[in-house]
Amino acid sequence: MTPALQTIGLHKRFGALIVANDINFRLDAGARHALIGPNGAGKTTFVNLITGRLAPSAGRIMLGGDDITALPQAARVRRGLGRTFQINTLFRGLSVLENVSLAITEHTRHGGDMLRPIRVRRPELERGHALLERLGIADDALVPVRELPYGKQRLVEIAIALGLEPCVLLLDEPAAGVPSAESAIILDVIEQLPPDIAVLIIEHDMDLVFRFARRITVLVQGSVLIEGTPAEIAADPRVREVYLGEGHHG
Amino acid sequence: MSAVDALIRRHRLRAIELLPWAIAIGAYFAFADYLSLGSQILIMILFALSLDLVLGYAGIVTLGHSAFFGVGAYAAGIYAVRVSGEPLSGLLVGAVAAAAVGWTSGLVILRTHGLTLLMLTLAVTALLAEAANKANFLTGGADGLQGVAIDPVFGVFRFDLFGRTAYLYCLVALFLAWLFARRLVHSSFGRSLVGIRENTARMHAIGSPVRRRLLTIYTISAALAGIAGALLAQTTQFVGLTVLGFQRSGEIVIMLVFGGIGRLYGAFIGAAAYMIAQDQLAKLEPEFWYFWIGLLLVLLVMFARGGILGLLDRVLRR
Repeated sequence: MTPALQTIGLHKRFGALIVANDINFRLDAGARHALIGPNGAGKTTFVNLITGRLAPSAGRIMLGGDDITALPQAARVRRGLGRTFQINTLFRGLSVLENVSLAITEHTRHGGDMLRPIRVRRPELERGHALLERLGIADDALVPVRELPYGKQRLVEIAIALGLEPCVLLLDEPAAGVPSAESAIILDVIEQLPPDIAVLIIEHDMDLVFRFARRITVLVQGSVLIEGTPAEIAADPRVREVYLGEGHHG
Repeated sequence: MSAVDALIRRHRLRAIELLPWAIAIGAYFAFADYLSLGSQILIMILFALSLDLVLGYAGIVTLGHSAFFGVGAYAAGIYAVRVSGEPLSGLLVGAVAAAAVGWTSGLVILRTHGLTLLMLTLAVTALLAEAANKANFLTGGADGLQGVAIDPVFGVFRFDLFGRTAYLYCLVALFLAWLFARRLVHSSFGRSLVGIRENTARMHAIGSPVRRRLLTIYTISAALAGIAGALLAQTTQFVGLTVLGFQRSGEIVIMLVFGGIGRLYGAFIGAAAYMIAQDQLAKLEPEFWYFWIGLLLVLLVMFARGGILGLLDRVLRR
């Protein structure tokens, strides 16, 4: 079966510093995959390479079997690659509904429509509102994002990405900085994502990773250390040593 | 009311938006002796409106918008001198020439950000000003373009000494430009510009062709600024090098800051307030009027961020 997303020999260097070292990675359709690794392992760099924010030094990126390595960021999104950011990257002065609607109108290719008033975009707005309802933030639809608590802003991050109806969704630490009570809501949302979306989650919260992922890839110093099921990862002594730190703590 | 309805409602035309037009029509009858100043104000409103599209909505910080105003003025002036005095085609020539310069310079400028972009906008204006200065045979150089004769509008309405036709001509041009700009900022395209201003990285990440959108609005804005310049050339029947000056670029930014950027109507209030203040202060204190303008600007920036409209907003919310 053609993977939803695949990287072949993906390599990135900044001068002498190698941040992605020959990464071969495969994300199947409908996958629930986690990417973990210690700080500085190159996880976000890997996401930035896939999404086109960074250009690789070598290697290829395939989306649904098509080579997207040379495509700009926007073209990759239009082919179904969605992402969230580790640090909130929202339209802070706009309302929650406007944030999501911007994504939806870009997805429906109406973002460049100059002459028709916003009322003709009612179907997109309704879709945005339905999405907010699904994520439990519809009551805040008209609230400017900057006035929302941080946990809800993280949900808006996810809502924007879902507004693009991606076939591959990259979630970069979706629960980062969120109090544990609110992170449970975020996890519920992630668990209820449509099954046809292939999801890659980057996360430090191991409870979240082991609850969510069916496969886990461990990245260390820009290289894949191991990939396997949660049970295999938990049992691997190398992972315990480099990531969980058991080698240091006895 | 649902959130969707409420959001759509925010974009509907409100009665208060017709107030500037009521005032403009009233001013035509009430201040018949000031119609020349009135025309200048309408032209500067149009110029400020064009700037608001790029600065206020798209977040492109520029100090070189007079480039398009000047190109529009010179193009319309030269067209009148050498080709035809027909005013509407003159406006079109001004718009197209300015749009061409906007598109060409935008291709380069909009690849940059921040201070580099600001410097490049200044550089384009300086280059054009010097080119106009050197092209004596075409522009009249430092003496200005003389002999601009404009035919009656539609072959009927002659530009009179009292400035009645000029005022109404500028008012209709501004009204049409406002209708277009209003439609633009309340469209999906307009919202995407606000998205770019708010967070360019996220607009890239949702698949928006950011550079193309910026180039489009930059070109449209240049065309509108070109129309403003063409109106000045046609109504004053003269084009001098000052139309391309840095001072004009700076003044238009100040007018917009006065009124409030990113609000469409900040251009109306800011340009009108600035021009009237300039006129009155210049009468009272011919040598120091700029001091008072400067003081007003300092006070506004310190105590009324968001300009006069921002101040009104806060007062009305209390």
